[in-house]
Amino acid sequence: MSYSLHLYGRLILIALRSRMQYPASFVMQLAGTALLTGTEFVAVWALFARFGTLAGWRLEEVCLFYGMSNLGYALAECLGEGFDKFAQQVRKGDFDRLLLRPCSTSMQVAGSGMDPMRLGRLVQGGAVLAYAAVSLGGAWDWLEIGLIIGCILSGACVFVGLLVLQATLCFWTIESLEIANVLTHGGNEAAQFPFDIYGPGLRRFFTFVVPLACVNILPGAVLLERGPTLGIPAWASWGAPLMGPLFFLISLRVWEFGVRRYRSTGT
Amino acid sequence: MPQIVVENLCKSYRVAVRKPGMWGAIRGVASREHRVVQALDSVSFEIDEGELVGYIGPNGAGKSTTVKALAGILVPDSGTCIVRGRTPWRERRAHVAEIGVVFGQRTQLWWDLPVRESFELLGEMYRVPKDRLRRTLTELVDVLQIASVLDQPVRQLSLGQRMRCDLAASLLHTPPILFLDEPTIGLDAISKPAIREFVRRQNREEGVTVILTTHDLDDIESLCSRVMLIASGKMLSDGPVSALREAVGGERRLTLDLEDTHTEVTHAAARLVSRDGARVVLAFRPAEVSTAELIRSITDKHAIKDLTVEEAPIEEIVAGIYREIEGA
Repeated sequence: MSYSLHLYGRLILIALRSRMQYPASFVMQLAGTALLTGTEFVAVWALFARFGTLAGWRLEEVCLFYGMSNLGYALAECLGEGFDKFAQQVRKGDFDRLLLRPCSTSMQVAGSGMDPMRLGRLVQGGAVLAYAAVSLGGAWDWLEIGLIIGCILSGACVFVGLLVLQATLCFWTIESLEIANVLTHGGNEAAQFPFDIYGPGLRRFFTFVVPLACVNILPGAVLLERGPTLGIPAWASWGAPLMGPLFFLISLRVWEFGVRRYRSTGT
Repeated sequence: MPQIVVENLCKSYRVAVRKPGMWGAIRGVASREHRVVQALDSVSFEIDEGELVGYIGPNGAGKSTTVKALAGILVPDSGTCIVRGRTPWRERRAHVAEIGVVFGQRTQLWWDLPVRESFELLGEMYRVPKDRLRRTLTELVDVLQIASVLDQPVRQLSLGQRMRCDLAASLLHTPPILFLDEPTIGLDAISKPAIREFVRRQNREEGVTVILTTHDLDDIESLCSRVMLIASGKMLSDGPVSALREAVGGERRLTLDLEDTHTEVTHAAARLVSRDGARVVLAFRPAEVSTAELIRSITDKHAIKDLTVEEAPIEEIVAGIYREIEGA
């Protein structure tokens, strides 16, 4: 395990170095992503400037969800690049090469790419979360700050898990993978707002299938002292972020299943 | 106890059949018809430690399917395969740590990395102790003469240089078994013998078992003591190169230089191979017509300046076998 992490580190450094060959263009693109994602938030701000509240939620409160979700998504986009671009590897037939090495395939795919450009979103998410923290009074204790950090990391786990599942689809088909974006990008779009504004079907889906609500609104509502949300009691909401790592582990099992299928069909 | 034992290995693929034209493409979306291709049909063989075996067959015969199964990448439908006491696809990671694989068409190295760093990274993946890696590498770099390219990224290398680097990469962890899939494909006349000489030395001096798939019969003739021929998933022949000649009935060549450039030369038991001005080449099987009988019947009818009889070159034997397979 620790050896895998060590190798992952080596692979990532290599992937980063080839990305960083042109530092000036890297800085420009980073700034570009920060600006672009920044304008996404302007739309939310405009919405609240016009209507004041959204289903009883104030802008500062929504900013908490928005910031947490975007920070998690930014980390996932950055770390999950290898899985996101996996279709290309399969198409070129490079996956056999990974199978020939005495290392885990998921580690090698994860190590095959990292996209620091995506961290531009980190700037936006961080700024929005900071605004939420300041305007909500900043009365959070260490436990609650820990919960927020946990939610962000857990959210990253869910999004990376989704990217792993998207990559797993490549073992069946390498066509029309855009459908998977509905869950990653769409999931982030949805999680930016409190989930209780959506219909029951969507709510259940994002609580029990893709547990984005568990790493976002459920613990968020505890912080905001909102009482039970989405029908889940507050005590469970404290533990809800654990669903993130669990989802990630399950996605890795599905990945292994996909690899087995690949090896028996050889396509 | 042989190092590699393969018994009744079977593998079939389902291939989507696409109908031609626009209409076929549309129908393909709704319902895809499948055709089952038997890539391996009960293939069996054994290979001892230190052998250098050639593995040939036309495209799509099942060569790479066999190699993939032996390398642990592919899980077959049925049959057994034991390599150094392990079933490759059941214990993939333990297995691949003990084999080296070179795919001529595809590099194992990192495209953007200097060769040296690819080697170091592979060394870490295979957990080769640092000092042992340094020793192995010094040797390989020396023998393969790649010292001058070690600091260049792989994408800048010529095909010959890249192939030598790939060979070095496959041996960093000193595997006892080496799979070479068309290692000389596309190489120039200087690189080919260099690669062959290296493979021969690895086999003779280090005792590495080598399985070599190739379309280049020079590879086979200059390297292999034994050759396996596969076609349509079935093992057609397995033995010394001379046995391959036997397999096609030991065809012989009769080359005639005629006095007259226009006469037709035919014989019921001989096949015309080529005709170039006054030179005629016939192929025949001594089992069907004796050499003396054939020559007598031709000299009876035609004026001959000169003639030679020889064994058919291996390329033509194999080409003949491939033709027969495709015709059948």
